[in-house]
Amino acid sequence: MILDPDARYTKTHEWARWEDDELVIGITDHAQEALSDIVYVELPAVGEHYEAGESFGVVESVKAASDVYMPVSGEVTAINEELEDSPELVNEDPYGRGWFIRIRPDNPADFDELLDGAAYEAVVAEEEG
Amino acid sequence: MRFIPHTEADRQAMLAAIGVESIEELFHDVPKKARAVEFRLPEPLTEMEVLVELNQLAEANAGTHHYACFLGAGAYNHFVPSVVDYVISRGEFYTAYTPYQPEVSQGTLQAIFEYQSMICALTGMEVSNASHYDGATSLAEAVIMALNVHRRRRRKIVLSPAIHPEYRAVVRTYTQGMGLTILGDGETAHQDLEALTDLTPLADLVDGETAMVAVQVPNFFGQMASPQELTRLAEAAHQAGALFTVVVDPISLGLFKPPGEYGADIVVGEGQALGGGLSFGGPYLGFFATRRKQVHKMAGRLVGETVDTEGQRGYVLTLTAREQHIRRARASSNICTNQGLMTIAAAVYMAALGRRGLRRVAELCYHKAHYAAQRIDALSGFQVVGRRPFFKEFVIRTPRPVHEINAYLLDEWEIIGGYDLEQDYPRLTNHMLLAVTEMNSREEIDDLVTALEEATQ
Repeated sequence: MILDPDARYTKTHEWARWEDDELVIGITDHAQEALSDIVYVELPAVGEHYEAGESFGVVESVKAASDVYMPVSGEVTAINEELEDSPELVNEDPYGRGWFIRIRPDNPADFDELLDGAAYEAVVAEEEG
Repeated sequence: MRFIPHTEADRQAMLAAIGVESIEELFHDVPKKARAVEFRLPEPLTEMEVLVELNQLAEANAGTHHYACFLGAGAYNHFVPSVVDYVISRGEFYTAYTPYQPEVSQGTLQAIFEYQSMICALTGMEVSNASHYDGATSLAEAVIMALNVHRRRRRKIVLSPAIHPEYRAVVRTYTQGMGLTILGDGETAHQDLEALTDLTPLADLVDGETAMVAVQVPNFFGQMASPQELTRLAEAAHQAGALFTVVVDPISLGLFKPPGEYGADIVVGEGQALGGGLSFGGPYLGFFATRRKQVHKMAGRLVGETVDTEGQRGYVLTLTAREQHIRRARASSNICTNQGLMTIAAAVYMAALGRRGLRRVAELCYHKAHYAAQRIDALSGFQVVGRRPFFKEFVIRTPRPVHEINAYLLDEWEIIGGYDLEQDYPRLTNHMLLAVTEMNSREEIDDLVTALEEATQ
């Protein structure tokens, strides 16, 4: 399992990472691997506001369709439009070109409450039993 | 012949295995008086006797084979070419269940794909699903799709009061408990025909909370709207970020612009007219088409064309991740089925008629309806109501209550009269909705005119 050392994580397999004063959000390497070939990513509209834990999009693979959840509350400032035509980027580069959205968090300190890499690895290990 | 395979010994063994004395005991939760109801059935008959009895019952029906029919209001007496029943009765197609496994179902899947393609061509849309139960459920699914497109963040739906009353009722049944506000058709008790069919007030109801605006073209009263006023309403909806849905009579599309050309995002309707026959109310066919960008929010089954490992053309169900068996509670809809047989009937009908054939049917309906309207309008005491152009249905004001006139037409003339609009629109007392299709001969129409004239004497 690949982790991004700069990112923090959620139990629902999203990651968040600071870029300037905004957070970039995507799904983890573990999540993309579990989903297998991703065929469609549905993203919100720029300007929409979501609470932490609220579903902001859907990712569909050949095996399943899953909601993706906000790691922290905030307003969407950008979406990765490349995913519309190339959803496979999520498989190829989950922490890079496969990002989902950028948000302006309501409370930047919320980021610190997210799981660090080690804690996320423990969550995955527990799920896999 | 016995149809129960279990022997008495089998039954005893099963009862012993679950620790119950008798079969009766399994029903102890059902109140005694509701158990073992005695059916007072007549003595058994031979097959020949049963046929005689059933034929006698069938003869008691006032069917369209023996009666002239001017009743429409959502179900229409159109001609069904015999090729339709011939093709759908083939063993490969004739099943209530739609076999979807691509390995064994290429014929069915291809027929559904062709149906979808023809519905797209007819409506001016980009994607059609494999159908819903009827026109009303298609509209309800359009509402749910519009909510899903807006991630359930918008809760307002605007419905024209000139959409079929039953369709609007089904939308309310489908969406009860969802906390929706349905606007636009709340004043039907006080509105006259002009108010009911005016599209301009609908645009004023649209705001940033509106998920969808829906109209019917031709409307429930048979009237057309101009592409300009429809485009204006579509633009008002789009400006607010709402979807624009059009309920449409597929036969009318042989003659009039497809909704895709005046801004529709979703086009739905009743497909019974496409080779379905009236069939005493069902099974019917709900068609549903939309724009490609919304396909992930669409309900229902969808057949796509692809190639197999050897590069040969083939058909499969596609984009199924929207559906309940994969997405569970978060599926775009609870519908995982379609009207398989009626879908194929519609495909055969459209293929048999072709573009020109469908136009011819629509023209016949249009001209015959206008001939009937002109003659009835000339009768003393009767008047064609409404200033808008119409397709195959029109409203007349009658000098006596509609139900009295209809009883006279049926009893004295073997004519099935029009729809009594007062049932749904209280202000429209003595207003009858008449439908005329290619099936109504000039003689039938002339008889109707004479019968109406006599009904007032």
